[in-house]
Amino acid sequence: MLELKNICFSVSTPDGKTDIINDISLTIDDGKLVVLTGPNGGGKTTLAKIIMGLVTPTSGRILWNGTDITDMSITERANLGISYGFQQPPRFKGIKVGDLLSIASGKKLLKRTEACTYLTRVGLCAADYIDRDVDTSLSGGEVKRIEIATILARPTGLMILDEPEAGIDLWSFAKLTETFGQIHEKRESTMIIISHQERIISLADEIVIISGGQVSKRGKTEDIFPSIMAGTFSGSCPARQ
Amino acid sequence: MSEKLNAVDTALLETIADMTDGKAAGAVNIRKDCGCAQRVTTENIDIRNKEDKPGIDIIIKPGTKKETCHIPVIITESGLIETVYNDFYIGEDADVTIIAGCGIHNCGDGESRHDGIHTLHIGKNARVNYVEKHYGEGDGNGKNAMNPVTIAYLDEGAFLKMDTSQIKGIDSTNRDTKIVCGAGAETVITERLQTHGDQRAESNMEIILDGSDSRGRVISRSVAQDRSQQIFYPKMTGNDKCFGHVQCDSIIMDSAKISSIPAIVANSTEAELIHEAAIGKIAGDQLLKLETLGLTREEAEERILKGFLS
Repeated sequence: MLELKNICFSVSTPDGKTDIINDISLTIDDGKLVVLTGPNGGGKTTLAKIIMGLVTPTSGRILWNGTDITDMSITERANLGISYGFQQPPRFKGIKVGDLLSIASGKKLLKRTEACTYLTRVGLCAADYIDRDVDTSLSGGEVKRIEIATILARPTGLMILDEPEAGIDLWSFAKLTETFGQIHEKRESTMIIISHQERIISLADEIVIISGGQVSKRGKTEDIFPSIMAGTFSGSCPARQ
Repeated sequence: MSEKLNAVDTALLETIADMTDGKAAGAVNIRKDCGCAQRVTTENIDIRNKEDKPGIDIIIKPGTKKETCHIPVIITESGLIETVYNDFYIGEDADVTIIAGCGIHNCGDGESRHDGIHTLHIGKNARVNYVEKHYGEGDGNGKNAMNPVTIAYLDEGAFLKMDTSQIKGIDSTNRDTKIVCGAGAETVITERLQTHGDQRAESNMEIILDGSDSRGRVISRSVAQDRSQQIFYPKMTGNDKCFGHVQCDSIIMDSAKISSIPAIVANSTEAELIHEAAIGKIAGDQLLKLETLGLTREEAEERILKGFLS
């Protein structure tokens, strides 16, 4: 179980202090798929990064399976089974797709067949990619899918995925939602997905709308989803709903 | 193991030339402390001592296919300084791999230095894979220095793939490389360099695309740590219809300094030449990504450098 208790994050600006996250408390039970959605700049990515340790909160505590992880490093959190898929994954000169999957799996040498399974689950033909460098020769959509494959390769209890659909074509996206659906169905991992995509939102048990650094709405998908759809007509502002 | 080789020697040979117990298939010439520790010739590859100066001539018969020639140099006596001339004559249509390289084990106070001057004459349509690793070790105060010179003349349709790397432990190096490509000839040069401590490395490289339809590519990857200094001067000259590409990437760390000064010179309207150069520290998002995969910051840094220099 993940517990966020009174999480705050603020930054100094020339005009004083700006709150990015303003007293968010959330509890997410094991095996749940929760979608964080809401307007751009609302604080979703910052909150996700705070859970992974990529950003240090100004105040508040984070508990994972009862352990206070607030002061733990990224590496320590990763080794407790928390994983994170970046919205814009980095590229590496000289690190191959197979190498990255090996590192992710924690095994010195990941079997080729295993690596192929992870790539297939994100809609990539393994033979074409496994020996390629994760560098600028790959398109944005390819790097994004490789990023998600590294999360699938990790022994993980909590997956955090920041806009996994961004840059991915329609056909691959269908495969990806199928994979997320399967993971969720088997309760392989608790999942927090930041998304604005209807098909991903419809997979969720629960939707949390984050706006202005706060939870503006939270509830079961069947309760929240219709109101989101109704509110997304041209020109409407979710922050005002 | 040869009688003339001890454990230090074989370890050096393994590091610089991938030789196990000082042995390798094909032709072999091991130079140790100014003498010949081992020589094996084959039906197609002959190795002869030079008569007028230190060094050897390596003569590879035309049409020799898939053979390997190892010519490593090791220095284990502190304070030993030598200049060695090795000339390669590679016959037409040959297809060979040459493993050169130099390892210094210096446990004394004197400077050990090896200046290897290699000249390759690559015949028509021949293909050469040339690999050279430089490495130094030892717990003495003596400096390890290497100043390699590599000159290659590629005849019509010849191909030279040259991989050079300076692994670690070389306090000072001045590397000079000159490649001249004839008509239809092609060269691909990959240079990898890692410096640390107070080491200094300079690399001057000139690729002359002299013949019609010749091609040249230079990929330089370097990492400078601590207070070390690196200077690169890769120059690609096109004298005829040709294509040349120079790419220099460096990672700078700590208090190191790097100068990367690529040059392209066109002496023909048909010459197509490109250069790219980049210097930067390890990207923060790369470190963070590997940390989210369970590596510590130090492990992540090491893995990124290993990949970059691989």
